[in-house]
Amino acid sequence: MNILSKLSTLRLGAGLLGAATLGLSLTAPLSASAAERTLMNASYDVSRELFTALNPPFIEQWREAHGEEVEIQQSHAGSSTQARSIIEGLRADVVTFNQTTDIDVLANAGLVAEDWQSRLADNSSPFYSTMAFLVRKGNPKGIEDWQDLAEDGVRVVFPNPKTSGNARYTYLAAWAAAARENGGDEVQTEAYMRKLLANVAVFDTGGRGATTSFVERGIGDVLISFESEVQSISREYGDDSYEVVVPPVDLLAEFPVAWVDDSVRRNQTEDLARAYLEYLYSPAAQRIIAEHNYRVRDPEVAREFSDRFPETELLDVNQEFGDWDTITRTHFASGAKLDQLLRR
Amino acid sequence: MRRIGDSTPVRVTLILLAVVLSALVLLVPLVAIVFEAFARGIGPFITNLTDYFTVQAIWLTLLIAVITVPVNLVFGIFLAWLVTRFSFPGRRLLQTLIDIPFAVSPVIAGLLYLLLYGRNGWLGQWLDGHDVQLMFAWPGMLLVTIFVTCPFVARELIPLMQAQGSREEEAAVTLGANGWTLFRRVTLPNVRTALIYGVILTNARAMGEFGAVSVVSGAIRGQTLTLPLMVQQLYQDYNTVGAFVAALLLAVLAVLTLVVKALLDTYAARKHAP
Repeated sequence: MNILSKLSTLRLGAGLLGAATLGLSLTAPLSASAAERTLMNASYDVSRELFTALNPPFIEQWREAHGEEVEIQQSHAGSSTQARSIIEGLRADVVTFNQTTDIDVLANAGLVAEDWQSRLADNSSPFYSTMAFLVRKGNPKGIEDWQDLAEDGVRVVFPNPKTSGNARYTYLAAWAAAARENGGDEVQTEAYMRKLLANVAVFDTGGRGATTSFVERGIGDVLISFESEVQSISREYGDDSYEVVVPPVDLLAEFPVAWVDDSVRRNQTEDLARAYLEYLYSPAAQRIIAEHNYRVRDPEVAREFSDRFPETELLDVNQEFGDWDTITRTHFASGAKLDQLLRR
Repeated sequence: MRRIGDSTPVRVTLILLAVVLSALVLLVPLVAIVFEAFARGIGPFITNLTDYFTVQAIWLTLLIAVITVPVNLVFGIFLAWLVTRFSFPGRRLLQTLIDIPFAVSPVIAGLLYLLLYGRNGWLGQWLDGHDVQLMFAWPGMLLVTIFVTCPFVARELIPLMQAQGSREEEAAVTLGANGWTLFRRVTLPNVRTALIYGVILTNARAMGEFGAVSVVSGAIRGQTLTLPLMVQQLYQDYNTVGAFVAALLLAVLAVLTLVVKALLDTYAARKHAP
């Protein structure tokens, strides 16, 4: 490298550094709090209210136990987008996602330890949900179970399983329920899936779009999504227009959490991150989580809220279908089962 | 002599058409925003307006606009001056380069910056090594905003300055004006309207930009969310009122920008009136 080009890179570097320090010093007025340390939680789209409720008690607890003032920052986007951003440099200390595969992506990139799922209790999933149906008041089409979705004249709304995580659960839950109904007969199960997919009124790309189609545009007889989300839609748009139905056989959808090893090392927040995630398992936190319509692990709290969560037989997705790599390959990859079923 | 459009029915029809179209395209959406923002009454409106994160989003939006506008004002004038008053090899190329931010989709622009300055990017790795965070922090959002808005001022000025030519400036030079006087007394007054318009456009775009900033934002509440990003977040949260309050704030900022423009126009016109 000659001197000239060395000089120019140096100057460019200094310029950038100057700009960046100016940036950092100007950031100060934006973050008003006097926190000693900050913990950033990168989460999925609709969890804002949940964590807005969960964070203050933790901050309080930490202050009492350690005499330290901490601030918790929230970042929300689709959990695959979040995983992508963290790989590109978003310094989230902990992730609280709605897809196991998105934490695996971080593990593959070397940012989270490979054994993340065994670091915390219950597969590192302090709460979970399942798929539920939102039907119009009085349930005019009598939709109670997965089989009812394939009846003639039933119009179903859920996002495209290719682009949406919760739709993948819908697809797999329908499949698992049908397989059980048919005693594992693959031909019959596929015939059912074909009918179900033919009944889909509109394939939006994401959950929010599907909600708009169902609620605001009035399309379809039933919207399928996570129970937690269906409950909050029904609350936001008025309980008297909709009913929530949980089918008798369903899939357990884990909401996994992990601390991001790479970030906590740099930010020196490992103790804080770990304590934060462990706090999610405490009865106090579990109660808040249950209030936000997620099913919780703590048996005591689960009993308290049992009237909110209809009993259903929850199947484990990996026991039914194998690991997520296998699931993607057999069902959602280009030309795989989903594509075949959609072809008429 | 009669011309087309002189008859009363034709005139009335044309005027009506214009009024109805403007109402449908411009007015109704604005009214809808106001209506939706107040859909649950004044209480929820105030709650959403004074929400800590909304207030932070307002500050961030203004901060980005306040830095972007002067930077691109200086840059645009400099560029237009260079391209219209000097002849040098690569002038044409430079004129084409100015348009790149317009030609490229903002999302692509954001991704390019991410690929360059992100953790795995060429410059990003070096920055990461020195513990400097540009992406997923507001300096990165500022950078991409400056990028997508940089052609506005230059694009407004160049055609005008080209049409005007350099005669008046040459005359000023022969009369002994130095560079600064020349610029202040001759060039600037000639392009004032175009300049104001360029600034308005820059400001509007800087405050309203979504695609590019969403890619490099990281969506950290209270830290890297501008108003347009906030609208989307609140909408995703099923907080329709909140989303429309944020949208209304953006609309108000836009209207304020237009008011400032109108005031400047009147001021300029009065100053130059005989």
